[in-house]
Amino acid sequence: MLARSFQKLNEEKVFKDPVHRYIHVRDRLIWDLIGTPEFQRLRRIRQLGTTFLTFHGAEHSRFGHSLGVYEIARRVIDIFKYRNHWDDSETMIALCAALLHDVGHGPFSHSFEKVFGTNHEEYTQKIILGDTEIHRLLEEQGEGFAGKVADVIGKTYPNRLVVSLISSQIDADRMDYLLRDAYFTGVSYGHFDMERIWRVMRTQDDQIVFKLSGMHAVEDYIMSRYQMYWQVYFHPVTRSAEVILTQILHRAKVLFHEGFRFKYAPFPLIKIFKGEMALKDYLKLDESVILYFFQAWQEEKDPILSDLCCRFMNRRLFKYVEFTPSLIESKDQLAGAFRDAGIDPDYYLEVDSSSNSPYDLYRPGEEGERQPIQLLMPDGTLHELSQESDVVGSITGMRRTDVKLYYPKDRVFELSEHASCREQIQKILGI
Amino acid sequence: MLEDHAKIAALINQTGGISGRKKLQKAVYIFQRLGYPFEQIFHFHFNGPYSEELSIQLEELCDFGFLIEDREDHNEEEETCYYRISEAGQGFLTHYKNVLPTACRLTQQIMNQNALFLESVAILLYFDHLPRIKAVEKARTLNKETVGDNLEHALAFIDKIRLLQSIELSISQ
Repeated sequence: MLARSFQKLNEEKVFKDPVHRYIHVRDRLIWDLIGTPEFQRLRRIRQLGTTFLTFHGAEHSRFGHSLGVYEIARRVIDIFKYRNHWDDSETMIALCAALLHDVGHGPFSHSFEKVFGTNHEEYTQKIILGDTEIHRLLEEQGEGFAGKVADVIGKTYPNRLVVSLISSQIDADRMDYLLRDAYFTGVSYGHFDMERIWRVMRTQDDQIVFKLSGMHAVEDYIMSRYQMYWQVYFHPVTRSAEVILTQILHRAKVLFHEGFRFKYAPFPLIKIFKGEMALKDYLKLDESVILYFFQAWQEEKDPILSDLCCRFMNRRLFKYVEFTPSLIESKDQLAGAFRDAGIDPDYYLEVDSSSNSPYDLYRPGEEGERQPIQLLMPDGTLHELSQESDVVGSITGMRRTDVKLYYPKDRVFELSEHASCREQIQKILGI
Repeated sequence: MLEDHAKIAALINQTGGISGRKKLQKAVYIFQRLGYPFEQIFHFHFNGPYSEELSIQLEELCDFGFLIEDREDHNEEEETCYYRISEAGQGFLTHYKNVLPTACRLTQQIMNQNALFLESVAILLYFDHLPRIKAVEKARTLNKETVGDNLEHALAFIDKIRLLQSIELSISQ
């Protein structure tokens, strides 16, 4: 008799999806995993965090993205199977890993992790290996099954082909998020011919390579990625919202440790403020919970907390100037002027760089750290993409960093009683 | 404000320069695991723990002119980047005093090793939540080419630097 994991559903289930049209579920295990509370929680976590404050359509969730990654993995595996390039005993491990790869994301993960030192990848591992419904379902398939899924997601699984499917320069994760994020933000870049890429995918040893004839489709993907990073993911307004969100969490944590009496006590966050958050508490957090407190804290007596929350909820974001090395020379002066004007620089002056972003640009192998995209030449040899493609070659190795200094311009211009401070700030910032 | 960048610059300054991004990646990971205040997030890549954030911060430091990057070609396919602090970088660091502890012997011990050895150490530390025998098995499966003979030495080295760290910590207290 087949193990429960490999049981097929009596009837295929489908999810209507704007990117893939339909997401097909044929396996009982996948269907059951989607139904777990831990996976359903992803409906309440946005895929792009604060981007919805810049691109109002970007309200899509990690739930939809996770289903999309699963669907891409499923279709690519079908292609590999058809070419006899796939070990079928790895199929369910790969599909579960694709579906669950983001299950550990918390609310506004990026800011959350910065303030509280958590790591969503660690939580993904804990959810898969800990006391959860997901773990129970996975282990029902056989002892150690959950561990294998966790290893694929953690990139420590011995079969690198399986890992590459979920995590490499062109993987199911990136393919889905580029198309999905482009669709929901409404931008016209970010599109590429995914089906063409699938058709030219081949396996060689333990890696996925691409036939030379499909190079232009791969180029298109790389350019989409490049455009999306700079136009959407690194958008300065989104980063401003992210800065404010980080400062709110930071302020709430400081106030908690100072014994501040909150009008709206953040019970769900207390354990994380204390640094002792258990998995079951983490799973209770989502963006609805966080936004509830941001809404409520606008009424708190602490002027910094209430102001930052008003800014976030009403989109009164910080403005920015380009951060140059010369600003470092003036950083103490600037902070002093802020302080003299009654604006706490610890919360109202923040440098944000593109390295603070969770996204990585395409760069060919960094001394072997990342596997570059390889083209399969007609003679069977492999050539790295940027060596063959002029388009990719032109952006490869090109440094483009972006560092900005965020500050509340409105507060600075309101400083009528502190004219000298205002002038000093304006002079240093060049505004 | 740029504290994470300052810590990288301070490490490079303390060591007088670092040869190779891989060496920097692995060294920072090892220091982080020893409790140094490096905040970068590391993930497991083909050669063990790797931080995208650290890689970009390094580029940003070069862009600011705080680090000088010299490229050394070994052959057609291989080049190593050598990083050293610039005059502007020295100026930058004057704004960030004590951003890193100055554990001279420990830093020296780690930075005297080559990148490949540090890779083995970093991989073993990545799996140190597992029993040692399992960690070694995992390291061997994932990184056959590199870790081979290094593992025994790497394990002994981990014990040594942990001991050194506790001594330096007790001295600083």
